[in-house]
Amino acid sequence: MMDHIVVFPVILPLLLGVLLLLLQNQKLLFKRTLSLLAVALQVVAAGVLLNLVSSGEILVYALGNWAPPFGIVLVADRLAAWMLLITSLVSLCALLYAVRGTDIAGPHFHVLFQLQLLGLNGAFLTGDLFNLFVFFEILLLASYSLLLHGGGRLRTKAGLHFVVINLVGSTLFLFAVGILYGLLGTLNMADLAVKVAETSTENVVLIQTAGLLLFAVFALKAALLPLYLWLPSAYAYTTASVAALFAIMSKVGAYSILRVYTLIFGAQAGPAENLIEPWLLPLAMATLIIGVLGVVASSHLRQQVAYLVLASIGMLLIAFGLNNNVGIAAGLYYLPHSTFAAAAFFLLADTITKRRDGMGDKFEPGPVIMHTRLFGVLFFAIAILIAGLPPLSGFIGKFMILQAALPHSIFPWILGTVLITSLFTLIAMARGGSMLFYKALPATVCKIGPDREIPPTALMLSRELVSIISLLGLCVALLIWGGAITAFTLATANQLLQPDAYIQSVLNARVISS
Amino acid sequence: MEALVAIIIGVLTACGVYLTLRGRTFPVVLGLTFLSYAVNLFLLVMGRLTIGQPPIISEGIENYADPLPQALVLTAIVISFAMTAFVIVLALKAHLEMGNDHVDGKHKS
Repeated sequence: MMDHIVVFPVILPLLLGVLLLLLQNQKLLFKRTLSLLAVALQVVAAGVLLNLVSSGEILVYALGNWAPPFGIVLVADRLAAWMLLITSLVSLCALLYAVRGTDIAGPHFHVLFQLQLLGLNGAFLTGDLFNLFVFFEILLLASYSLLLHGGGRLRTKAGLHFVVINLVGSTLFLFAVGILYGLLGTLNMADLAVKVAETSTENVVLIQTAGLLLFAVFALKAALLPLYLWLPSAYAYTTASVAALFAIMSKVGAYSILRVYTLIFGAQAGPAENLIEPWLLPLAMATLIIGVLGVVASSHLRQQVAYLVLASIGMLLIAFGLNNNVGIAAGLYYLPHSTFAAAAFFLLADTITKRRDGMGDKFEPGPVIMHTRLFGVLFFAIAILIAGLPPLSGFIGKFMILQAALPHSIFPWILGTVLITSLFTLIAMARGGSMLFYKALPATVCKIGPDREIPPTALMLSRELVSIISLLGLCVALLIWGGAITAFTLATANQLLQPDAYIQSVLNARVISS
Repeated sequence: MEALVAIIIGVLTACGVYLTLRGRTFPVVLGLTFLSYAVNLFLLVMGRLTIGQPPIISEGIENYADPLPQALVLTAIVISFAMTAFVIVLALKAHLEMGNDHVDGKHKS
């Protein structure tokens, strides 16, 4: 039974998605319970998996019992399990928020939600490059529909841009996969790592081309400069719970960069070693700067949060771009923090927007919202988290990244970029917060809750806030167990930078005897 | 033969890129279709062009057709087919909601 735990995070959302499609005429409560139970089970499964691989063991699951490198394998190492856990936690919180009413704004919300999880979990687990493409397409197709969930003109326009740019990205992905297969005759990532290292000199240029094409695709998914333009409008106009789930989706690109460029084009790749090292760090710094400029220039709260996601991608990829073990470890600590904080902020922005009658989320003096102190405190906490002020996890993440950057040759530039952008983030969020909470027109207290007519009861309020507070709680947990978590991320980084163990585990994997 | 196929892939890609950069949704959809045709052909050619060779191991035969690219192409065709259907519906929806077929929803005189 334990042999099959690796495939569980892929199978469960697939079966549940199909089941929910068949049960679409059942009672809403039943569908919601089923969906929530499934996501909760995925949290448990990811926890079990993390526990199994935390010792450094690499679990390989040969799908259809085809021995690697011929069949498709799923591989669970520390990084994959860590990403699975973060994904399932964020999606549980997003779903808890969605079951309050977002899920009935359009058909098949729960089906699409499960399929999105299938794509995400599969992308983190797969050990095959073409299979990675397939899981990307699954998660993208689900995300196209989730993005449009609820309808609306701005949403449709953002959705069209998102779909077209991602389809072009998929085409580039296939070109890169085609080149690699045509030259090396394999698509298994571990096998590719071996073959790339042994490439003959006349093929090196083509291999590098394929590697850089792949980088363009992953940079597009991660929204790295100059391929970021789809992100702000897509994230700003979609529904809040979907945006919260999307906080992890852009991290898939960062994950793929980390996986492919440590394993296949890493330090041991012979002629193609450290292929993207000259590109990643400068582009990540530029992304951080552009993201923060967007944060400062935003006229709407949701737009500001979307640009904050972009800035956090820049920060994360700076950490990965340092290309040393402490840098990657710091990035892997910063990744869950930034995901949880961004998801919480999307949800909070939605609760605030719904309470400002007619004003929406514009940064203009509006009516005093109900429970203004409570929301003010939450806003303040998230602002501290995101700007990276002590004592919360944002500070630790940024501090670790800067510490890892110390030996780097352009350390002054990294330090300057990170500190100045943090300052600007702080200023922009202070301005936004004071506009929403202090500069309110005191004569008019807006007594509407999220459901318009009736003022919210304590029960409704707590149902709204439970996801936001859970996400903040997860950030606090990152702080409290910081020692254990940083030890784990450092072990993960070391495992990534020594891919021999991964390659050996995959290529020597035993198929299960019948 | 290789040169001819390579030229076809190149022309398809060029047409696809040009059309994808157009301002209206219908040429963009056509461009995406051309790009997916080009990449499907490209994947197929990656197994090398062979004629009349068996794809399954059998006795007394030394040259084989590579079956894997054919499987990859089949997957890619299915996916691009679904995506094209989706993007056409989305373009129609955008046309109805925004009142014109420009990708940015702007009126063009």
